[in-house]
Amino acid sequence: MKLPVIGQNAAQAALFLLLLLAVPYTLPNEYYLSICILGALNAVIAVGLNLLMGYAGQVSLGHAAFYGLGAYATAIATARFGLPIPAGMAIGVSLATVVAWVVAAPTLKLKGHYLAMATLGFGIIVSIVFNEAVDLTGGPSGYVGIPRLALFGYEFASDHSYYNLMAVVLTFVVLLSLNLMKSRTGRALRALHVSEKAAASLGVDIAAHKRFVFVLSAALAGLAGVLYAHYLSFIAPASFGFGFSVQLVVMVVLGGMASVWGSVAGALFLTALPEALREFEDIDILVYGAILVLTIMFLPDGLAGGLSRLSRRLRRLRRQGDAS
Amino acid sequence: MTAALLDVAAATVRFGGIHALTEADFTIAPGTVTALIGPNGAGKTTLLNAITGMVPLTSGAVLLDGADISSLPPHKRAEAGVVRTFQNLEVFTSMSVLENVMAGRHALTRYSVAASLLRTPGFRRAERECREAALDCLEFVGLADLAHAPAGDLPYGKQRLLEMARALAASPKLLLLDEPAAGLNSKETAELGHLIRAIRDRRGVAVGLVEHDMDLVMSVSDFVTVLHFGHPLAAGTPDEIQANPDVIKAYLGEDD
Amino acid sequence: MFAGAPQYLVSGLTQGAAYGLIGLGFTMIFNTTGIINFAQGEFVMLGGMLSVCLLGAGLPLPLAIVLACLATAAIGGLMERLAIRPIAGAPAVNAVIITIGVSILLRGGAMLAFGKDTHALPAFSGTAPILALGAAIQPQSLWVLAVTLALLAALKLFFTATIQGKAMLACSCQKKAASLVGISVARMALLSFAISGLIGATAGAILAPITMTAYDVGMMLGLKGFAACILGGLGNPFGAAAGGLVLGVLESFGAGFIASGYKDAFAFVVLLLLLFVKPSGLFGKAGVERV
Repeated sequence: MKLPVIGQNAAQAALFLLLLLAVPYTLPNEYYLSICILGALNAVIAVGLNLLMGYAGQVSLGHAAFYGLGAYATAIATARFGLPIPAGMAIGVSLATVVAWVVAAPTLKLKGHYLAMATLGFGIIVSIVFNEAVDLTGGPSGYVGIPRLALFGYEFASDHSYYNLMAVVLTFVVLLSLNLMKSRTGRALRALHVSEKAAASLGVDIAAHKRFVFVLSAALAGLAGVLYAHYLSFIAPASFGFGFSVQLVVMVVLGGMASVWGSVAGALFLTALPEALREFEDIDILVYGAILVLTIMFLPDGLAGGLSRLSRRLRRLRRQGDAS
Repeated sequence: MTAALLDVAAATVRFGGIHALTEADFTIAPGTVTALIGPNGAGKTTLLNAITGMVPLTSGAVLLDGADISSLPPHKRAEAGVVRTFQNLEVFTSMSVLENVMAGRHALTRYSVAASLLRTPGFRRAERECREAALDCLEFVGLADLAHAPAGDLPYGKQRLLEMARALAASPKLLLLDEPAAGLNSKETAELGHLIRAIRDRRGVAVGLVEHDMDLVMSVSDFVTVLHFGHPLAAGTPDEIQANPDVIKAYLGEDD
Repeated sequence: MFAGAPQYLVSGLTQGAAYGLIGLGFTMIFNTTGIINFAQGEFVMLGGMLSVCLLGAGLPLPLAIVLACLATAAIGGLMERLAIRPIAGAPAVNAVIITIGVSILLRGGAMLAFGKDTHALPAFSGTAPILALGAAIQPQSLWVLAVTLALLAALKLFFTATIQGKAMLACSCQKKAASLVGISVARMALLSFAISGLIGATAGAILAPITMTAYDVGMMLGLKGFAACILGGLGNPFGAAAGGLVLGVLESFGAGFIASGYKDAFAFVVLLLLLFVKPSGLFGKAGVERV
């Protein structure tokens, strides 16, 4: 099927947005809406991380740091220094971007497990700063009094309005990521994932591309961070630690490497799962771990891979049905 | 002799204490197929790596069209017109055959990131051109009907062809082939010979050929350079090389 | 200002020896399977917690520790058999995610079984400090160092003098060649997980009298162990042990001379700087890339 005018990606994205906007009308109460908002925030980070991990093949075990940098920067800028919210948000995203830019050059020279260690170490250093720089961040007990998001005189006071905003943001992130991956940049990233020397031999500037995608994914994490801070109006270092970095990687792998839609699915699934397991009470953590292990065992290429296999099988069944 | 397209002058490469290449001179004239031969360990692949910037020269220079490219990183040398294939296949297995070749046109497909995010008309035009040029290259090597197959699924011989199509897509001035016949059967090798000639004659691309298959080398090459233990031993036409006593001694071993 | 240095050195070496053992566990599994086992820290936690639990059940301390280590070795083997072997052939990142899942399971299980309290194991031979070289040395520190050295020596013997150890080395060099000469790569993987469990649990048991133990100590200890083996150069068991000592000493001096809250940060800053200068660790082979 060809859609030359608006493009296939845009059509999918539009459909996705409509679907997202319809979700609140199916939910029994406000609480579920807040889970959906967190899911969308996580999806924004996971899509960005997948550009780095799934497409370009560069692991990051420190992405929670960029999420936290965005959140803390806007929190401090708006709540302490009284800057307008858009300025705080710009500062938050910029901080994540600039830090990523600086960290990228020495870090991305490392390969494989060494890269994982370096990003992990970076994430831990940043999270220690969140905990220890008490004067600035409020320390382990967190930072309170962050203003709720208001843009151009409109305050996103209700969760429903905030959810709608997140739906639009997520859709844009997905659309732009899909577009980017279907361009020379996307091909170059996937190429250097498989063979850096072959990509370089065809004119791909390896270092520049790695740095670009690292900074882009950090910026998306920073964007999610500012939106998180202005949603909850309270942030604490525990949300931006190593545990969350690992969870982000799990979202990407569980959703399916190198699949933008997979990351969305992985993030929503993993955000909703603990809530769905509430009724197991004490053993919920065990069930969570077991589901994680079993999903990877039975869907080695993630939710996206599993879905595409399923649809292939259904199509084959239908063809057989037609034939008989 | 006309001005050389590629001129490697006194190239020396040392790894630690090992001299992988010593004062090697090597030239390729435009519009020729020039082979680089020598026993295993003679430094052929090292020379190829030095030309493409994948190992640094300890001393010496690499000139392309008279311009010194010795200090350029690999991707800049590719932009300047030197593109290579690899002895151990380096196909982008996670991509389709067509995407592999489109990736080959990386340096020639020019638009900003913003344009690709927004899919501007300029972006679409450039992508269409990229796609058509890639299909043309696939047609040239005979893989057009497999354009949408996953590259990792191709059999070995076809992956070799894909690498050549991908390299050609970069519109090189000079195409360096690192043992392209390795692992091919005799029929595939014969087809490879036709293809190499076609690259020279129909595409006007000069070819540097590192190869062990002497029948292939002698049948397609215009010139042959022989390397021996990192030193250049002889250079000339295939006939001259086959008659050169030094070369025969190097290949057959010395009788004392 | 360096008055405290000998003391910091001793506590750093003690802690570092434990990190080294944990790093050793990572290396065993990495070498035979190529997997970074994120559940390694949980093995350490199990060593401590099971010892506490068995001691509480009335067993004498040495027996409690030995049983705890053997039980953890069995859990390591089970983990390989049930969760790792079934996905043989899948990308390494999948296996890593599985180990994360297993670590969640082990931590959750420990929380249910032992509760959320922090426990201490009694020191093996009293707590009267020995004064030497300007430092007060806890007897337990000597235990930690001695057990670490003994384990390293045993491992060295295992790799050089036993057929199993040599087979395991062969696996880490060349899996395919190893299987061609009749070595069961799957069995070696099982063995490496079991040995890793044993080493990790030992580290947990000898450390528990000094640093206390609880169901959730595994994650941070695991990270330190991973840092130790990266610092030493991934794949080199004795590099991991040395990396652990370096890390422990760095941390201890960081805590002593800088703010104690930043002690973990200090160690990681040094680790990052080192990686930037030497991308394959202190004792790792420089990445010779074949083109």
